Order: sequence, then C-alpha cells, then structure tokens
Amino acid sequence: MTEQLDAGLVARRIAESDQVGEPRNPAEGREVGRARRRREDARLITGRTRWTDNIQFPGMLHVAFLRSPMAHARLTRVDVSAALAMPGVVAAFSGRDFDGEQGSLPCAWPVSEDVVIPDHPPMAVDRVRYVGEAVACVVATDRYKAADALEAIEADYEPLEAVLDMTEALADGAPAVHEAGNQAFTWKFSGGDAGAAFRDAPVVIDRTYVQQRLIPTAMEPRAVVAAPEGEGFTLYSATQIPHILRVMLALTTGIPEHLLRVVAPDVGGGFGSKLQVTAEEVLGLLLARRLGRPVKWTESRSEGNLTVHHGRDQIQRISLAAERDGRIRGVRVDLLADMGAYLMLVTPGVPLLGAFMYNGIYKMDAYDFTCTGVFTTKMPTDAYRGAGRPEATFAIERAVDELAAELDLDPVEVRRRNWISREEFPYTTVAGLTYDSGDYEAATERALALLGYDKLRAEQADRRERRDPVQLGIGVSTYTEMCGLAPSRVLGSLSYGAGGWEHATVRLLPTGKVEVVTGTSPHGQGHETSWSQIAADALGVPFEDVSVLHGDTAVSPRGMDTYGSRSLVVGGVAVLAACEKVKEKAKRLAAHLLEAADDDIEFADGVFRVRGTGLGGAGRTVQELALAAFAAHDLPDGFEPRLDADATFDPENFSFPHGTHLCAVEVDTETGTVAIRSYVAVDDVGRVVNPLIVEGQVHGGIAQGIGQALFEEAVYDPEGNLLTTTMADYLIPSAADLPDFVTDRTETPATSNPLGVKGVGEAGTIASTPAVVNAVVDALRPYGVHDVPMPCTPERVWRVLARSGASADRAGAVRRDENDGGAQ
Amino acid sequence: MIPAPFDYVRPSSLDEACRILGAADPAEGDVKALAGGQSLLPLLRLRLAYPSVLVDLGRLEELRGVQDRGDHVFIGALTTHDEVLRSPVIREHAPLVALATATVADPAVRHRGTFGGSLAHADPAGDLPAVALALDSVLVTASGAGGREIPAAGFFTGYLETALEPGEVLAGVKVPKLGDGWGFHYEKFHRTAQAWAVVGVAAAVRLEAGTIAQARIGLTNMGPAPVRARTVETALRGVTPPAAGAGADGGRDPVRDACAWADEGTAPPADLHAKPDYRRHLARVLTHRAVRAALS
Amino acid sequence: MPRVTVTVDGVAYEEEVEPRLLLVHFLRDRLGRTGTPVGCDTGNCGSCTVMLDGRSAKSCSVLAVQADGSDVVTVEGLASGGELHPMQRAFHEEHALQCGYCTPGMIMAAIDLLRDDPDPSEEAVRQGLKGNLCRCTGYCTIVRAVRRGARAMSGEPPGETAGETAGETAGETAGETAGEPVGEGVAAP
Repeated sequence: MTEQLDAGLVARRIAESDQVGEPRNPAEGREVGRARRRREDARLITGRTRWTDNIQFPGMLHVAFLRSPMAHARLTRVDVSAALAMPGVVAAFSGRDFDGEQGSLPCAWPVSEDVVIPDHPPMAVDRVRYVGEAVACVVATDRYKAADALEAIEADYEPLEAVLDMTEALADGAPAVHEAGNQAFTWKFSGGDAGAAFRDAPVVIDRTYVQQRLIPTAMEPRAVVAAPEGEGFTLYSATQIPHILRVMLALTTGIPEHLLRVVAPDVGGGFGSKLQVTAEEVLGLLLARRLGRPVKWTESRSEGNLTVHHGRDQIQRISLAAERDGRIRGVRVDLLADMGAYLMLVTPGVPLLGAFMYNGIYKMDAYDFTCTGVFTTKMPTDAYRGAGRPEATFAIERAVDELAAELDLDPVEVRRRNWISREEFPYTTVAGLTYDSGDYEAATERALALLGYDKLRAEQADRRERRDPVQLGIGVSTYTEMCGLAPSRVLGSLSYGAGGWEHATVRLLPTGKVEVVTGTSPHGQGHETSWSQIAADALGVPFEDVSVLHGDTAVSPRGMDTYGSRSLVVGGVAVLAACEKVKEKAKRLAAHLLEAADDDIEFADGVFRVRGTGLGGAGRTVQELALAAFAAHDLPDGFEPRLDADATFDPENFSFPHGTHLCAVEVDTETGTVAIRSYVAVDDVGRVVNPLIVEGQVHGGIAQGIGQALFEEAVYDPEGNLLTTTMADYLIPSAADLPDFVTDRTETPATSNPLGVKGVGEAGTIASTPAVVNAVVDALRPYGVHDVPMPCTPERVWRVLARSGASADRAGAVRRDENDGGAQ
Repeated sequence: MIPAPFDYVRPSSLDEACRILGAADPAEGDVKALAGGQSLLPLLRLRLAYPSVLVDLGRLEELRGVQDRGDHVFIGALTTHDEVLRSPVIREHAPLVALATATVADPAVRHRGTFGGSLAHADPAGDLPAVALALDSVLVTASGAGGREIPAAGFFTGYLETALEPGEVLAGVKVPKLGDGWGFHYEKFHRTAQAWAVVGVAAAVRLEAGTIAQARIGLTNMGPAPVRARTVETALRGVTPPAAGAGADGGRDPVRDACAWADEGTAPPADLHAKPDYRRHLARVLTHRAVRAALS
Repeated sequence: MPRVTVTVDGVAYEEEVEPRLLLVHFLRDRLGRTGTPVGCDTGNCGSCTVMLDGRSAKSCSVLAVQADGSDVVTVEGLASGGELHPMQRAFHEEHALQCGYCTPGMIMAAIDLLRDDPDPSEEAVRQGLKGNLCRCTGYCTIVRAVRRGARAMSGEPPGETAGETAGETAGETAGETAGEPVGEGVAAP
C-alpha cells in the first residue's frame, strides 16, 4: 500500500511551520520585511509540479524538429516522404509547407533608423544561417517515434561560407549573412564633450574586453504544448512572458488575440532565455491548427544549447581619460555586439540596456558610446540575466582597476575619488539618468569590513614577497544598474515596441479571502509569497488569506511579465496600488454602514472605524465589508456590489540598486587554477519585502556571474558548429565549485515607488563577474599581467602567465630543456 | 534525446552472455555489452551509438564483488564504483583504486557505473584505466573460447578501443598487491568537480631507507589510451626526496626534476578543455604533485 | 516487448516496455509520475535523480528494463501520512529552492548522501551534491538545508540556522553570516 500524499495536510503543516520572523519595523506592517518562507515550495518539494512537459491531453501528438547541421547554406531540398511512412508518424512538414503561414519571428526593438530586421521564418525555407535552425518537423504519436522519424527526412544543402568573427564580418568582401550585409545597426550616444575630456588627458586607459558568448542554461528545458480549444487555442509554454507572447503570437500567426490563451505553468528558471517568441511556439500553434489535435514539443538539453538564444557576445573597447590623482574625466566605448543570425525579440536592444551604464557609479564630464550590431552565422543572442548591464559594469569596473594599477593606487581609493557621494543624490549622470538614491560609502565600508580587506592585502604582500606559487588576488566591484524596466515613455524614446507598466487586480472574495492577480510571471522568484505579504499588509488580512494568480492570460489578461528586475519594482507596486483602491471602496462602504462621512473613516489592522472612536469603537472588518458588498443589501447609491480594483503602475524612473562585491581568489600559478577563497556581497536593493528571497536572488546571481568569469563559454568551431552542446562541455558550476557567499545589505529606499524597492534579480550577476576577474588579474599583477580573457580557465591563466614572460613553469616544474642536470 | 531502437537480452549466466555475444553477426549490426550504462546511455541518447542489440550483463552476480586472492585482489567487472569504495579489501590492498574511484563522476553515477565497464569503455579521460595500467593489473576475460588474461599494458589499444574480441567479455581484473612501503595518490585535474579529467596522474611510489626504490605512474587523458610515464619512473629511482617545503626558494628538487619528464612519449589530445601543450605542462606539474602526495 | 515489474513509491507496476525506454520516461510518460523531471541528456544535471533499490541513481541514465524487479522511490513518495520528509521540510525552511526544477533530484541526492555521512560538513555536502546542478540558488541555501535536514533526521533540534536567523533578525538585515571578517579560514572549494 502506498503512502498517499495528503496535499492539503502538507500545505497546512507547511503553513504552521512558517510563522517565522518578526516584521523588520512594526510601523511598516506585519508582513513586508519579514523572512516569510515561500508558499510556492509545497508543490515543488513534493513533485506535484506543473511543468509544461507534465501536461498530457488525450490524443496528444509529439513534435520533433530536424535542425540544420550547416552554419550557412542554401537549403535546396527537403523531402519528408520517408518520415511519413514511419510507424506512428502523423505528419511531417518542411518550412516550405508553412510558407506564407508561418510568418517571421518578431523583433520588438528596432533600435535605430538604420536597423536591418531580416525575415526570420520559424522553419527555414531556402537558406539556413546557423547550426540548429529548424528545417523540418515530424509529428508522431509519441516522442520516441518522432525522434526516429527525423532520421528519415532528407535535406540537401549547398554550403556557404560561415561568418563567425565580428570584425571579419564587417570587412569588405565578407560573405553576407543577409542580403543587406552583416551590419545590423549602429547606435550612438553621447553626453558631454568627450573630445575635450580626452584632449591632453594625463592618463588614458585603453582596453578591449571580450564578453564571451554564454548559454543561459535554465534547468528546465523549453517545452510547448499547443491545444485547440473551442474556437481558439491554448498554448502552454515554459515562458517568462505569457502576455507579450500572446500579443506577438497573434500578430505572427494571424490567430486572433481573443481566441488565443497563453499559459505559463510552473516554469523552471529563465534568466532571460525564456523572454522570447520562439519558432517552436509559433509552429506548435500552427501544427495544432493544421492537425486539429494537441501537440507537444520538449527540447533536449543538447537541442537547447543549440537553439535557446545565447547571451553576451560583445567586444568592448573602452577608453578612460583621467587626471593623475585618479579622477575620471570621461569614458569612450566602442562596442561590437554579435546579433547572431537574426534579430529576435529584443536582440538589438540588449547592448543598449548597457549604454547608459558604462559610466557606472562615477562622476565624469563626458561619455561617448557607439555600438555596432553584427550578423554572424550563429544562434541569435538576446537577453541573459542582466542583459547589457553586466557587460557595461564589467568594462567600467575592469577599466577602473586598470586605472588604479596605472596610478599605483588602491582600487577602492580610486573608486572613492570618483563615485557619487551620498550627499549628492539625486544625481543626474553623464549618461542622462537620474540616480535617485544610494550610499556607496556605506556598502563599501561594510564589505571591506566583512572581507577583512586590510588583512588580506597584508597576506597578499607577503605572498608576493615570498614568490608563493599560489598568489592571492582581491577583486573589487562597485556597481549600480538601471532596473525595474521600465518607464514606458523612456522605452518609447528608445524605440522599444511596448510599454513598461505592470498591472494588478485585487479582489476581496465574499468570505473575506483575497485574490491578487498579477501581470508578472514568476519562474522561481517567489511572487506568490512576496505579493501576498504586500497585500496582507495593505488590506490588514492574514498572509494565509491571500492567493496570487498569474501566468495565464485567461486569468491574468494584462501584464508585461517578468524580466529586467522589474517584477517587484513595477508589479509589486501595482499590487499595492490595487489594494489601496480596494481600501478606498471599502472605506466608502464602511462609512455608509457606520453612517459616517467617508473622511471620518480610518483604517487600521484590517478594521474600518469612525475616527476618534478608538479600538473599542464601532467598526467593520475587511471581511465583513466583503460579505456586505457581495450581499448588496445595503450599499451606497451607485456602489457596485464588489470590492475589487485594477491598478496599473508605470514608474517615472528606473530604479538603481547598487552594492559592493569583493572577491578573494587564490591563483595557482603552476596550473593556472583559480579558487575563490571568499566572496562578500553588500547590496542595496532599497526596501526589502522578503529577506529570504532577496538573499536567494543575490546568491544565485553571484553564482551565474562567477560562471561567466571562470567556467562558461559557448564555443563554435571554424565551420560554425557549436562544440558546447551538452552539460559535459558547457560547464556550469556545481556546489563543489563554489564557496559560501557572505551577504549583507545596506538600505536606501528608492524614491521612485511607494514601496521604496529597487529590484534584485540581476544585481548579483552584474556585480560578480568583474569582482572575480579583477581578483584574478590582481593576483597576477606582479607578473606584469593586465588582463585574463573570460572565462579565466586554468589554461587561459597559464597562457597569460606564459606570455607575460613570467613563465608559469619557472614557478612550477623545471622544464626539461632548462634542466641542464637532466634526469638522474 | 532519445536512443534509437535496439533489441535487448539479459543473459542469466556468463556462459550464455558469451554465447550471445559470440554468435552475433557484425553484418547485422553492433552487439554491445551493457554493464552499468553510465557511459553508454548518454551515447545512446545523443545517438552517437546505434547498437542493434544490448546484452545486459547487469544481473550476472558471478561478475560482482571483490576478492582477496593472496597475491592479488580480484575485482569482478560488474562491481560498482560504490562497492569498490566500500570494500575493505580494496582499501587495504589496492588503495590507489579507491583513491581514483572516489574521483569518478558523482555519487549517483558511482552507484550504477562499474569498474569493469569503465575499463572496457576505455575512455581516455576515464580515471580507472590509468590506475589499472600503473598497477600492472591483469584483465581477465571470458568467451566461448575460454577466456584470456590480458595485461593492462596490452588491453588499452586506442581511443575507446580495447583488446577485447567480439564475443569476449571482461570478467574481472587482477590487481596485484604491492606489498609494504608503497604510497599512493591519484591527482585529477578537471575544470568543474563533476567534469572528466583534463589530465590525471595515478602514482604509486615505494621508499626504501628514504630513497625512492620504485615508482609507477599512469597518466589519464595524455593520449588516445592511458600511458605509463616510464621516463619518470626510471628517473625517480634512487632519488632522495627533499623534506617538504625544501626547494621552494629556488633550490633544486630532484623529484620535481624527474617529474618534468612526465609528458615524454605522450600524445595528448586537443579538445575543448585543453590544448596539447597545456596538457603536457599539466602532466609535469601534476605528476610531481601526485608523487609528493604518494610519498607523504 | 520485454515485460518489467517495478515498484514505484510503493505501488507495483507490471508493464511492457520498449528496451530503449528510459526509466525517467517510464515514470513520467507511462506511470504519470511527473514529479521527477528531465534536465539534460548526459547524466550531468541530476534533476532526474531517484532512489533505485535504496541508492541514488539518475533515472535518465537507466533503462526501464534495467530496473526490472527494482524498487524506485521518487520525490513523490517521500512524504508519508501528510508529513513531509525532514529533507523536504529543510529545503523549504532554508529557502533551498527557487524555480524548483532541480529540487526533486537535489532532495534525493541529499537523502542518499546522509546514508553514509549522517552529519556532513559543508565541504562534504558540496562534494556529495556535485552531480546535481542548480542554476538559481548558488547552492548556499541548499548546503544549509542538507545540514539542517541531517540534524532533523538524526533527531536533533534544528538549531540556529541561517534561514531562521535571517528571519528573526530581519530588522538588522539578512546578515546571517555577517559580523566577522571571512578572509581568514574560508576554504577554497
């Protein structure tokens, strides 16, 4: 006899165990600020999950895609007839079979006048431009038969030259990825007079950094289920953006928006990679329409490494002009950004999200930014955790360290001489953004103390003195980011295709329970918990009495979804705003029932009372008012019988979390191995709704940033084949590859929203990559090293050391050719 | 991804397994033996292998277990890595096997993956072939013709290739007991904790009156098959290791000098994780580390 | 087609299977036990980890026919009588999951780890979980959870742990490890 899981009992037991944590400041409410354990966990720790691949429908068919093995070729013939004869195969199609119907995958961010947005058919019709591009599909009765049938499809290719290197791609005579050439766009931006700043500058630092191509690697591979339902269709997808997806799919496929429902069930991580409108989503819908049956597609990891959009892949030339005392005059940035083969949803906008951040937290007179987007025959790039801002932060934080080294100053001291001081907020930067609040001094002082900075510097000096083969390096990263995407007007001015508002609906149910409907679409961020905390405080109801609905356009019809550290800053604030509106209505009803004027009603602890009557006075609880509204027996004239409200929040400014991350590494100069010895992060994300969740976001972000610094790189061979198709080749860190992180916070509330929150999803990733690489370079400075390209693998470190003339061999084994004594 | 179809047989005895494997007609497809499947299943799923028949040896209890056989330890081919690690016989008489096995993949893989499977698969990045080689192990096979004893030096013939003939099954491995005075170490260099070895060094060293009397060094991933660092072994003989910490100030360390021959006669691969010159360098540094650790 | 008999979370199943059917697809597609997800195709990620005859195994790297006659426990079979397994509870209490996709495998691997080491050090936990990848948490809270779960399973009170500390001292920010310099004595991984 099996033990059956009593889901309700488990949930109750979990709830009982969750009475943890006092509110940080009772005056602010009982819930916000409290380390609430997550209500999402119950289903996730017991396996009662709703991953898209779990969904089964009667008669459901399985889709598999044949993918191009060529980076660049004319597709001359696709013959699916042999596949059709395979057992269990219901249908098989080439791109041509959907010509005229499949449309073009959308790019919602035409960044410039000159931008080239090439046609991007979900299945290639006559040309392929990257390895992994879909060229045909089969639909079969199960996933095994679909996989078998792929092998029976015949496709012929006439190879064209692969285009892999951005500089070569822009050269005259380069093979063209698209008819219009290989330049996707140019985009320029400047503030101040960079010419003047650089003219006669006493110190100029000029560096080129490569942001290697990354594979986002959410743990849940993508999956799509498309099902005909009634007149229309429901699309289930492992997506971060059900709302945007619905609009874009309607525009792409011609299926009317009102007949299309999009559901994001449990989604296993995204990190930007599920902020996309994919070929598989479009074709899933078209197949369901053509066949009249539900279809499912689930990618394998190796398929995903090829075809989930990649991140980063930029070459950054950064120049920094400074005075001899270390004060920065200006910064120039010339960026090449690899678009890959096509422009996907926000591909060209990603580098622009960094364009306003290359000045970092520093004051300067001039800033000049140029970005050129380049087409290559690789998987398109698009948003990956931080999207543009990690790249910018890396470049400025690396360059500031180089400035410190050039001037023989402590890297913290150089930063102090340049950063915006706490008295100067709000501060309008050279890039035109107004940083509303912050305290870089406080975060830095705290981080230095936690790391034991001075003691480590002393140890470093000692190791250098001793020529210890294991050298110590300390890396500093003081970052800020623009997040909480975003003010709709600003997005409009940047040619983005949509706004940046967020929506919430709050409903008081007849029994006094509360439904919060949010337009955000969490996939690990814990919105069900945090939004419940916000609503519980605002309405004075118990946390347990709130439920949060999301991720289904039939349930939550309006929203802008989850990315860009925006959910709390925009969506959480929308929840608060909706609660306030509900309270206003409730107050009117209470006034009516208590026979008082609206203005004489005050609200505290979930009870509306006549002002001045004190806690003992007559009042109506939120729950009583909910029932009264439902019954509608005695409502004010014109009062609709419901206590609910919609609210949309569109921030007037971005939010600007900041912080100081410090990393100490030990570099084994014999092997090149980098080991992180300690990592300290002090972040200022404004007010905190749930410290547990904030800490978790910081931890995970740091780990991903370390992944870029030390482990991860998508590698293409000279023919354009991706070599890192599996998790055995694309290495993400395990528990054994990372240290414990020490985290702490400082707090300067954001002034741009009533919660004072700033967002935390991307902070760790933005901060940690430069902290780690600065530490590696710092360790190797005595060897004359000024840079180690990412990822700083042992082999790369070893080669840099070897090239620097300080042969690693000298510190390690004596080479044979140097070993004049020979072996004995 | 999903394996292509194959037939499956699960023989109930070693004889039956040999019969089935021996009767297979190569013209009708590839008949492969399946042990723990921890290397084979990923290859099947990626469709890098298309066997027509899998012969599952997993239930052949006669191929399982570790025995103390006087002058050697016999490790049944189907003994899992986990069982190897739990074996007191191995701990006592073949500690180098235990040291290397502890670095194989991760615990879940070690519960399924087998000692014999690792050797028969002969992945150049696998940790155990170099150990078998360093210890002069003898691989015992079974077949319709009766079976053979193949010294490790003749067993690993190339990239994923062994001396096993069609129809021949690896039954177990004789690992000689080395006796007193030996020290052991397996030095594995990999980019993440669960990754395959970029380079590995299996070292066994015997001291006699403070001087190295004998050394055996096996190298992982320094060629298409594991190799012995014979030049180092020769060079170490008669060397008196300096006290720990000596030589750090630039003084000559004869152990280090001897280990600088580690890449002699190797043909390291170039792949995503390292180029040959770096692997050669690593072999020299890691061999020194392995020998030092074995000495301590 | 071969016929297999497998007990999954206490229920005996007898099914005909294609030889190539992976155990994880047998669980998910044939038996509807979808609590165990698939995260990769090379046995690296560990999301699909289950207990196979009492020891952890990656169910994507086992054929269903290989599991014939075996006993399988998945994350769905851990809770009993409405009580969570202590390790499940510890993952919840330490916020050791975000998206939750790696969680079933991580919990199974953690339980397996404790069979040999009922009170593992931080380093032992990190090494023991190296075959299970998580992209959300950075592993800090997972390590805490496994150690908390270990204490709970050995009958000790949960004691002071970071999650609780963060909660109880939230007024002073989530500085569970804050307060002392860490440059000293923090072991490299």
